Amino acid sequence: MSNNPPKMTASHVDVYYGANHAIRDVSIDVCQEDVTAFIGPSGCGKSTFLRSLNRMNDTIPGARVSGDIRLDGDDIYAREMDVVQLRARVGMVFQKPNPFPKSIYENVAYGPKIHGLAQSKAELDRIVERSLSRAGLWNEVKDRLSDSGTALSGGQQQRLCIARAIAVDPEVILMDEPCSALDPVATARIEELIHDLRGRYAIVIVTHNMQQAARVSQRTAFFHLGQLIEYGDTSDIFTNPRQERTKDYITGRYG
Amino acid sequence: MASSQEHTVKAFDQDIGQLRGLISQMGGLAEAAIGNAMLALQRGDHELAAQVRADDKKIDAIQHEVERAVVRIIALRAPMANDLREVVAALKIATVVERIGDYAKNIAKRVPQIDSEYRIDPISTLPAMARMAADMVRDVLDAFAARDPDAAIAICERDDALDDFYDSIFRTLVTYMVENPKTISQCAHLLFVAKHLERIGDHATNVAEMIHFAAHGTPIADRERAEPTFSPRS
Ligand SMILES: Nc1ncnc2c1ncn2[C@@H]1O[C@H](COP(=O)(O)OP(=O)(O)O)[C@@H](O)[C@H]1O
Ligand SMILES: [Mg+2]
Repeated sequence: MSNNPPKMTASHVDVYYGANHAIRDVSIDVCQEDVTAFIGPSGCGKSTFLRSLNRMNDTIPGARVSGDIRLDGDDIYAREMDVVQLRARVGMVFQKPNPFPKSIYENVAYGPKIHGLAQSKAELDRIVERSLSRAGLWNEVKDRLSDSGTALSGGQQQRLCIARAIAVDPEVILMDEPCSALDPVATARIEELIHDLRGRYAIVIVTHNMQQAARVSQRTAFFHLGQLIEYGDTSDIFTNPRQERTKDYITGRYG
Repeated sequence: MASSQEHTVKAFDQDIGQLRGLISQMGGLAEAAIGNAMLALQRGDHELAAQVRADDKKIDAIQHEVERAVVRIIALRAPMANDLREVVAALKIATVVERIGDYAKNIAKRVPQIDSEYRIDPISTLPAMARMAADMVRDVLDAFAARDPDAAIAICERDDALDDFYDSIFRTLVTYMVENPKTISQCAHLLFVAKHLERIGDHATNVAEMIHFAAHGTPIADRERAEPTFSPRS
């Protein structure tokens, strides 16, 4: 395993949707400066577990999370935890790009504004430019910042959503199948972006694409039926997994 | 490495099957090449020796076919884990078997150069050594076909016997050369033949190591193989 210190630590996490026990006793460390990939068959609980890392499950009726999840040692489910603040520190990018029906500029500026990160228009401009640059989108949109975010191509929209997540200076970025709606070129650009962002943030990416997990991550966690089956260095998981179930899945023998 | 289930994408199982078929074919040709080269040597049969040299082209051709198949499988199927290791092992094994074929060809090439008017005795013990080497090649490729790493490890142990054989032939040939300088040229050739056979054993051992790696993802631990015996050999 890489030696980066843990950024988030989950211990004995269970998630229920009513009677459906979707995550079963999962313990895992997400490490600083690493890209961690969550893989596993559909319905195994990857998205559910990902959402528990920034309390997105709170918004789902009937969802219940138990166990202990910490960000820099602080219990994120503690009463005094400010959830809005938490979701700025642990940002999220979804499968389908979901820009606001507003201008490109506003899409990125919205978060910093509500979090009071900019004291002036000039500072806000700087944050917008920096975020769009880091998301690899600045050169393509710098002359059309007032165009609607929804007018961009799918790949550009997804990079806009990444810029939006970056704009509030997060420490962790969660991505749920961020490329599954994109063509190969747009996918490659997102992967390259993940590569560039690595080191600045702890990144967790859910993907059903084995090659993508192998390409972008340093660590891989394999989930099956709500359980964490195996977690280790990506190179080990894809060349010599320890668990039979992991092997059957990544070699395409599953089910 | 024997996996419980078939791949969801059946074409992958067919690709792997084809790859294994090619390797078996190469192995069969290499084993035959060793046997025929030695027969040619024993009988001074120049025609058979020429045949062995010609047949080597078939082994080369199959090796290239294996290379193409491996590149295609990696590009189209993106194999993972044990599948990936097996494909890589197949590629390496094909290279090794091609080398084994080269050694057989090299033995065949010496046949016309060995003067047959006065044939010395060690020529009659070399075929036994050759049989031992060819058996290792056959058995190790059978172990690959059967995905049987334990059988492969057992073959490594036979390499010591082959090495001992080489040592003893080496000593015999040196004695001949010392006692009768007229045999020097012939003995030198036979010494090379013995060395080639000894190398074939080493290559079979390498194949066994690859089979183990393909199955387990780790090299053969030293304790899994027999202790090597010390010998004056280089
Ligand atoms: N919003 C939800 N409400 C109720 N059940 C859900 C919800 N989201 C997921 N589930 C259930 O939780 C389990 C895990 O689903 P999910 O986390 O989406 O898996 P994955 O992302 O690995 O495909 C499934 O049984 C699914 O039906
Ligand atoms: Mg999901």
